Amino acid sequence: MADTTSNHQSDYQINYRGPRQTIYDLSVEGRSCLQAPQSELPQLDASAISGLADYLADSTEGPSLPHVTETDIMRHYTHLASMNFSVDQGMYPLGSCTMKYNPRLNEDAARLPGIANLHPYQSTSSAQGALQMMYELQNDLAEIAGFAATCLQPSAGAHGEYAALMAFRAAHLARTDGATARTKVIIPDTAHGTNPASVAMAGYDTVTVPSNADGLVDLDALRELLNEDVAAFMLTNPNTVGLFEPRIIEINEAVHAVGAFSYCDGANLNAILGMSRPGDSGFDALHINLHKTFSTPHGGGGPGAGPICVSAELAPFLPGPIVDYDAEDDQYTLTMPERSIGRVRSFYGNVSVMARAWTYIRALGGDGLRDVGRQAVLSANYLRVLLEKHYQLAFPGVCMHEFVLTGKPFKDATGVRTLDVAKRLLDYGFHPPTIYFPLLVDEAMMIEPTETESLADLDAFADAMIAIATELETDSETLHAAPYTTPVRRLDEEAAVRNPDLRWRKQ
Amino acid sequence: MNYIPITDAQRELMLARIGVASVDELYADLPDAVLLDNAPDVYGGMSEIDLRARLDALSAANFAAHEYVSFAGAGCYDHYVPAFIDYLLRRPEFFTAYTPYQPEVSQGTLQAIYEYQTGICELTGMDVANASMYDGATALVEAAFMTMRLTRGKRTVMLVSEALHPEKLETLETYASSGLIDPVYVPVTEELVTDAQAFADLLAQHVGQIAAVLLPYPNFYGIIEDVSPLIAAAKDAGAYVVLDTNPIMLGILKRPGTLGADIVVGEGQPLGSAMSFGGPGLGYFACTQKCVRQIPGRLVGRTTDIDGNQGYVLTMSTREQHIRREKATSNICSNHALNALAAGMYLAAVGSGGLKDIATDCMTKAHYLRDKLLSTGLFALSAASNDRQQAFGYEFALRYIGEHDLSDWHAELLMRGYLAGVILDASNDSNDALVLFAVTEKRTRAEVDAFVSEVKDLG
Amino acid sequence: MATPTDRKYSADHEWVLVDGDQATIGITKHASEQLGSVVFVDLPDIGDSFETSEVFGEVESVKSVSELIIPVAGEIIAANEALEDAPETVNDDPYGDGWIVRIRLDDAGDLENLMDAAAYDASLP
Repeated sequence: MADTTSNHQSDYQINYRGPRQTIYDLSVEGRSCLQAPQSELPQLDASAISGLADYLADSTEGPSLPHVTETDIMRHYTHLASMNFSVDQGMYPLGSCTMKYNPRLNEDAARLPGIANLHPYQSTSSAQGALQMMYELQNDLAEIAGFAATCLQPSAGAHGEYAALMAFRAAHLARTDGATARTKVIIPDTAHGTNPASVAMAGYDTVTVPSNADGLVDLDALRELLNEDVAAFMLTNPNTVGLFEPRIIEINEAVHAVGAFSYCDGANLNAILGMSRPGDSGFDALHINLHKTFSTPHGGGGPGAGPICVSAELAPFLPGPIVDYDAEDDQYTLTMPERSIGRVRSFYGNVSVMARAWTYIRALGGDGLRDVGRQAVLSANYLRVLLEKHYQLAFPGVCMHEFVLTGKPFKDATGVRTLDVAKRLLDYGFHPPTIYFPLLVDEAMMIEPTETESLADLDAFADAMIAIATELETDSETLHAAPYTTPVRRLDEEAAVRNPDLRWRKQ
Repeated sequence: MNYIPITDAQRELMLARIGVASVDELYADLPDAVLLDNAPDVYGGMSEIDLRARLDALSAANFAAHEYVSFAGAGCYDHYVPAFIDYLLRRPEFFTAYTPYQPEVSQGTLQAIYEYQTGICELTGMDVANASMYDGATALVEAAFMTMRLTRGKRTVMLVSEALHPEKLETLETYASSGLIDPVYVPVTEELVTDAQAFADLLAQHVGQIAAVLLPYPNFYGIIEDVSPLIAAAKDAGAYVVLDTNPIMLGILKRPGTLGADIVVGEGQPLGSAMSFGGPGLGYFACTQKCVRQIPGRLVGRTTDIDGNQGYVLTMSTREQHIRREKATSNICSNHALNALAAGMYLAAVGSGGLKDIATDCMTKAHYLRDKLLSTGLFALSAASNDRQQAFGYEFALRYIGEHDLSDWHAELLMRGYLAGVILDASNDSNDALVLFAVTEKRTRAEVDAFVSEVKDLG
Repeated sequence: MATPTDRKYSADHEWVLVDGDQATIGITKHASEQLGSVVFVDLPDIGDSFETSEVFGEVESVKSVSELIIPVAGEIIAANEALEDAPETVNDDPYGDGWIVRIRLDDAGDLENLMDAAAYDASLP
């Protein structure tokens, strides 16, 4: 079957290499790559140090690592690379993930010798370039998002959520002289899983508010849940079905009316970049995923950065240190906010990621950022219109930077699932959309093209989706078994859980 | 400069296809009050050439480790990063890929993580390692939370050595402030080690309440403490043992698994990541098989595909936030995959013997520097009353007893081209005038000798 | 498989088999089919007590988790440790070897709120 169904030769199809043994399998005793330098000093006899002998590994129990040469390593990882899909190879329309192009100048910025070789504890006077960059990024993000202050320390979106919730906790305690931090946080049923998980780590209970039939916050239901025990409401806006909450001002007024804080999950900031500022919608805090909106690479799962921006009331509670500027001495300094919740990790955050985002902002400027938001929305709507004749939209009408299709009609008619469509896209040379999220939509496919896809690539993606829609009608067997052209085919995830093999062992 | 490939003419065509007259119409759901009339006030629009010059100027406004000789560590180290690593990290198939949620087209990332997990298990002597945490501090916090879950929330007290990195303690304190865990701190003696008597007393005071003991190996001051008796006492008390480690030292030390640790964490920056002003580093996290259901973060497992080929997947994901939501083992989603990739490459490059050689080399030079500094008469051991030697690795703390103000002294040496260690918190009486020095394999005997001459010269 | 008539059922798809002041609890065939292939069962500790409707454990398949909700109040006196090595027994024999816990009932009167087999079958979609 694979022979007749793997024939989608086009400019878009990717030639991957097949499976490979591990680097541990390549090991041959006696070979090595990196060695310690030749020392002019006589080598220390560690076993002669008083108190250390009991803690030195003997020759049999140290770590067993591969014995390979540099050539082995280069060939090995080059092979592994050729088993990956990436933004540089093709369109990656993952909803809520904003897989835009990662500019190469940013990569050089991150590796500038004055940044890469900087030690976090050297004097601030000897790190003025890095601190200036961080200070400007703090201010730029606050201006772009419409807030009073920024902390760059959180390492990812979820980390930013957690930091903001702890700032809410501290602010509630401050308002009531330590009497109460309240106990509940409300989130919509369409929220990213990180929201409730962060709520739990911050010691709050999650209360879920249902969405209405239009995929928006049910304001009446929200009002019923709001009371003096609610510490915060967390909302992604535009939300996770790609719609801007039209009643956002009323929503935030209702939240504030009971003394709660309103949090914006900034995962979808790209849609409104330069067009609208969450701070102006009445939010008290948000995190920004620099690895989404500000073009820093995802790195196969990180590192990203999740700075948080907050209102003036919350600014004193931010984690720290943050960067300040002393105009009198013309010096950038590190300071702890006055009533800081403390640090949420070591040092100041992911500085090389900040350098990339700073570079992106300087390349685009305010006008360029506004163009990004507008094009992201235009490109998403263009794709929506191309696809809505062939797939059912979960929520018809204009979308923001992403839209959600439901595979329910074809699942009911043909038994083909959204998973099958996603896997089939791989054969056409495209990464699938985000699937089975949000949970609210049956058989969901969430598509976010971003502003960096050309018209030709948008059209080609639509063509692939439409071709698969045709296969759905005529050849559902092919879809069930897809993909055919990838390094491996569908994997047995159940066996992986039943008999976990989480590390290599010598056979 | 921008990265939008679509022209004005194409935009008109797209608008026509959608059936709207302008992009503004697509923003009709936004209330007027929240729509901006103008772009935000952010400077930009620079050409790449101008921007490159600006970047170079900002870089030059820092004085960094390629321009001076560094003896600073304290959680971030000037170790050598093999040249090939950045060539591989710059491969776009690695760094421009997303989280490997579609395993069929993410085998490169997945297999690399599996190999990294193997390397961390080997270093720590543990059964299972996850795909990475943000850094050593958050890894330590996650370990504490994990032991609270392992005891089903019945035990919440964490017995924490104050000889751990102060920023790890501060991070733990932030996370503890919501009341889910209750850290109790074990003080540090004048000899800069965990106070064993206080440890025993606290264990006795909290019978049946202690979820875990959090101990350093080596500690913040570079000292390899005598942790075995503490581990044994903790186990007798039914507590889990969490060891915070330095990965280079794990090349020479007895592995934490051998010592009886249940969870091993640490800052993995020394394994192939640049210092980058402290981030991104790498939180490595490993545990025994019996704890695995409560491990935070992603795990990669090996399985087979429908054709019988070997392949890799993210696995046991019901622990994670996207499925278990508020009951997840952590809120972590994005982690530090690219740093983990570098660490896996680094471990392959050094191999078993190589890591031991590098650790030994660092220790040799560190001991040489310490002896020379002591011989200047400008430094003393930390404990005035007791000159007992504490075993250390490649980092050590000495008390400066010269005549200068310490920060002036430090600044002057930087002017002369040396980052003279890290001055420890001068506001803390017990640490008054302590300087923490680290010596990596990059330092030469000539550099150490020249540094000591400058120290003598300065007084 | 016919729904056994020797026991009671809850709306959360659990069964309760009473033996004097003790009861054995498991999940129904319907629940195990909905969940799919079970890969892990999180069991409570012996001696733990639960009020009716409290969560006493979890059942996991590859990509979903279901909470176990105790149908009647009681103290755990046994947990099916065989499930640690063979969780799929919950699918293979939900009414027999796939049992989950045994409890000492706080109040046998609680059983009156549960359904019999016919009522449970009628409640299924």
